[in-house]
Amino acid sequence: MHSFSYFRPASITEATNLLAGGEDRKLLAGGQTLLPTLKQRLAHPTALVDLKSIPGFATIRHEADVVVIGALTRHAEVAASELVTGAIPALAKLAGGIGDVQVRNRGTLGGSIANSDPAADYPAGLLGLGATIGTDRRAIPADDFFTGLFETALQPDEIVTQVYFPIPKRAAYVKFANQASRYAIAGVFVSDGPAGIRVAVTGAGPHAFRLPDFERALERSFAPASLAPLTVSPDGLNTDLHASAEYRAHLIGVLARRAIAAAIA
Amino acid sequence: MTDDGIGAHLLRKEDKRFLTGRGNYVHDITRPNQLYAVFARSPYAHADLLAVDISGAAEAPGVVGVFTGEDLKTDGIGGLPCGWGVNNKDGSPMKEPPHPALAIGKLRHVGDPIAMVVAETLKEARDAAELVTYDVTQLPAVTGVADAVKPGAPRLFDDVPGNLCTDWECGDKAKTDAAFATAYHIAKLDLVNNRLVGNPMEPRAALGEYDPSTGDYTLHTTSQFPHVVRLLMGLFVLNVPQHKIRVVAPDVGGGFGVKQFHYAEEALVTWAAGRLAQPVKWVSDRGEGFLSDAHARDHVTHAELALDRDGKFLGLRVSTLANMGAYLSTFGPNIPTNLYGLLLAGVYTTPAIHCAVKCIFTNTLPVDAYRGAGRPEATFVLERIVDVAAREMGIDRVEIRRRNFIPADAFPYQTPVMMAYDSGDHGATLKKALDIADWAGFAERRREAAARGKLRGIGLVTYIEACGLAPSRIAGQLGARAGLYESANIRVHPTGDITVFTGSHSHGQGHETAFAQIVSSLLGVSTEKIEIVHGDTAKIPFGLGTYGSRSASVGGSAIAKAVGKVIDKGKKIAAHMLEAAEHDIEFAAGTFKVAGTDRTKSFADVVLAAYIPHDYPLETLEPGMEENAFYDPVNFTFPGGCHVAEVEIDPETGITQLLAYTAVDDVGTVINPMIVEGQIHGGVAQGVGQALLENCVYDPQSGQLLTGSFMDYCMPRADDLPNIVVATEVTTCRTNPLGVKGCGEVGTIGSPATVINAVVDALAGYGVTHVDMPASPEKIWRIIRAAAPHAAAE
Repeated sequence: MHSFSYFRPASITEATNLLAGGEDRKLLAGGQTLLPTLKQRLAHPTALVDLKSIPGFATIRHEADVVVIGALTRHAEVAASELVTGAIPALAKLAGGIGDVQVRNRGTLGGSIANSDPAADYPAGLLGLGATIGTDRRAIPADDFFTGLFETALQPDEIVTQVYFPIPKRAAYVKFANQASRYAIAGVFVSDGPAGIRVAVTGAGPHAFRLPDFERALERSFAPASLAPLTVSPDGLNTDLHASAEYRAHLIGVLARRAIAAAIA
Repeated sequence: MTDDGIGAHLLRKEDKRFLTGRGNYVHDITRPNQLYAVFARSPYAHADLLAVDISGAAEAPGVVGVFTGEDLKTDGIGGLPCGWGVNNKDGSPMKEPPHPALAIGKLRHVGDPIAMVVAETLKEARDAAELVTYDVTQLPAVTGVADAVKPGAPRLFDDVPGNLCTDWECGDKAKTDAAFATAYHIAKLDLVNNRLVGNPMEPRAALGEYDPSTGDYTLHTTSQFPHVVRLLMGLFVLNVPQHKIRVVAPDVGGGFGVKQFHYAEEALVTWAAGRLAQPVKWVSDRGEGFLSDAHARDHVTHAELALDRDGKFLGLRVSTLANMGAYLSTFGPNIPTNLYGLLLAGVYTTPAIHCAVKCIFTNTLPVDAYRGAGRPEATFVLERIVDVAAREMGIDRVEIRRRNFIPADAFPYQTPVMMAYDSGDHGATLKKALDIADWAGFAERRREAAARGKLRGIGLVTYIEACGLAPSRIAGQLGARAGLYESANIRVHPTGDITVFTGSHSHGQGHETAFAQIVSSLLGVSTEKIEIVHGDTAKIPFGLGTYGSRSASVGGSAIAKAVGKVIDKGKKIAAHMLEAAEHDIEFAAGTFKVAGTDRTKSFADVVLAAYIPHDYPLETLEPGMEENAFYDPVNFTFPGGCHVAEVEIDPETGITQLLAYTAVDDVGTVINPMIVEGQIHGGVAQGVGQALLENCVYDPQSGQLLTGSFMDYCMPRADDLPNIVVATEVTTCRTNPLGVKGCGEVGTIGSPATVINAVVDALAGYGVTHVDMPASPEKIWRIIRAAAPHAAAE
């Protein structure tokens, strides 16, 4: 990697100031995307602002009817959390299926969603549960957060602090993993809860998205059979070495039915 | 007698250092004043290289030297040699264009090295390498063999029309055509053998050193054959005499063939160490490995099998286009010709075979041997078309194989494609495999899977391979430019402890254990008293190294031969000590004995007498106890066996799960059952990788490598594999003193066809006759979708 300066702020204010204090500075959370990118010399930031020493940034707590997870909480911590496995087991399962053990021990919730990798798992969970993203300055509904390929609604100097997950009655996440990278070729998160019935897809498009016609069908009956007549258009879906848009469109239907079956099991 | 000799489940001696992180790999070796080399590599698949500007790099901080192909030319540095000359069918020599260590004038594949930057730190070298610039004129690229032979295809070398390296054939065309003319049925199959990247766990690395006071060079390199590297590098590339070069291949973390070639980087760090009079180290990372290691397989094949009314094979004809990549690697043209066509008889009595292979240059990395090397490709062709024929003729897959087996009592058996098999019992391995795999119970398992909505399939392969490379005389006739014997030196110390110096090289195989077991059995000395030394040209006799499952059968036989000389000398000494005639001395279980008496001398007593020759026949016998042997095999060895795989396909997603795998192999005498089992496990995993997961893909337009990391190139992982059941069914090899055949490659040779036969069986209800590798989920989904109306109509 190229040389860069390294900062480890003790507060969010300090982090924001450091981020604004020079050209091409980048936030570092778990580093599971950023560090490989640096090692491959594909990014040349002048400085990294490491968030991991900011107190209270990696907590999981229960507030009224939501689970609040700090942005620096590692995937392994979410997967193992008694609170999450009790309240939203589908989310714990999602976190436990991200990457491999090493990735889960380093990667964070905030880092994952701020990166908005089209094949990441968390975006499906946030959209599928109707979560709200808290930042250092505002609250952003998940529906407004994922805006494009590696693009979010975040301002350049805005820092994700926590995510509010409504607790659903039932939910499930099923992904079809790329056999090499184990990222989602397609992943579908379904839930039935305070945010209504939601079907969210990751891996298949430029960013995570919902399937309104699937949701309407499930509002009539939350059962796999409700989805049987529905198909997904491949238009706008990703085509790459591993899967065509057509195949991804097909998989979304299969995974959605399987997710519903899992949610009602 | 010891209980840790041949046949013992002995824990591997070398694992203590490997498992405790104390292995000594090239990258672990660091010298004072060591410099770091980084290569600027071509981002283009095909381009005229008009100029290279190194000025920016040369002035960068820490840079000590920047070298290009022109510098090498000026210094008289040669190109990389090819070790095999495979003639055209008309007897004319193959096209063998130069393979410069650094590109001159033209770039022929992505990753082609353009310049070597040497700096004081690795980071400085990397930074500076980014400053090397070049003027190019990009040219159209061609990466696939089918495209490369088309009229008007981009041409890599001006003097190689049609990109044709060699137009080779084997077998008898007229006889084969005649057999086809009488056929009751002809099965036909078009297939692609997918391109692979070997990816040993340890990436390649090299450390060059030079001593200005003596003019001696030392190279530490990740090689499977240090003496061959020394020979090729000294003679053809650097023009340095052999006695001034020491090549050390220390602990090496897997090779699989990828490390049995002489590569540019190892010659260049050695040369640069001399130029700069400082040690120079280069270490590949995984990404650079994808762009600089030789690749593998990559065939496009049409095959036809002629059968009589009863399903007896009458003739086989095969034509293959084989990708050589942009340059000939060390063994390149040997793999898809001799190691492929000459194996097409398989385990069957097919009387007439003809195989035509065109080796084609393309704008890709050189293609060379990778675990199995030609034999998995041959097995894939043969065992797939046998299944196709069986299905077309309505003959059971097991039965059609049985009808065509070479009978156990027909060995030695001369095939129509040169190979003369010494031994085997293919009916026995088949029966054992079917029993273990519960072939008979499959129908019930298929019904149970169908009830769950899954498509279950079972497949088998009965295969043979040729390894133990190789009788030098035959190898020479086939185009080898070297002998293929092996060497051993047995140094018995005065205390009776033993050091064995072998020309074989262990890069994971466990030679330090298995070779010690051979010596232990032959001499009756515990393996704890036997040390195996390999990998250092300053210590070991000239040897050819490890590849083609040759270590036990050729290297082990050389050791046995040297031990025989030790015993012969011991008998002379014992005869003197026991005041008996030499021909009356017997040796067994570590004891010399006068036949028919109870008068004995232990091996240790005899050895001590050899080193303290106070009472010793000095007039007729030299003191000491150290013997050399060079062993040239009289034939290849022919391991074989039967593999069975069982898969389940999810028709909704197309994903294939391998549920069971049984490998029953005849590897000859088993020296260490645990090591054999491990070798077969690993080999099967690699073959399953090819069948289901691995695929090296180039963009056909740009020639860019699309699968340049593990994010896109799928290596098999533990959770991709079932418990692999391994068993052996031994017929001993009749042509070497140990009776061993080889176990390093059998897993990889049998498994790709076995898995695909199972996949095709699972899809048979859809009218599917073939699936190219890898059987990836989308490919299977498309096959099912395309066939679904047909299946529904049935």
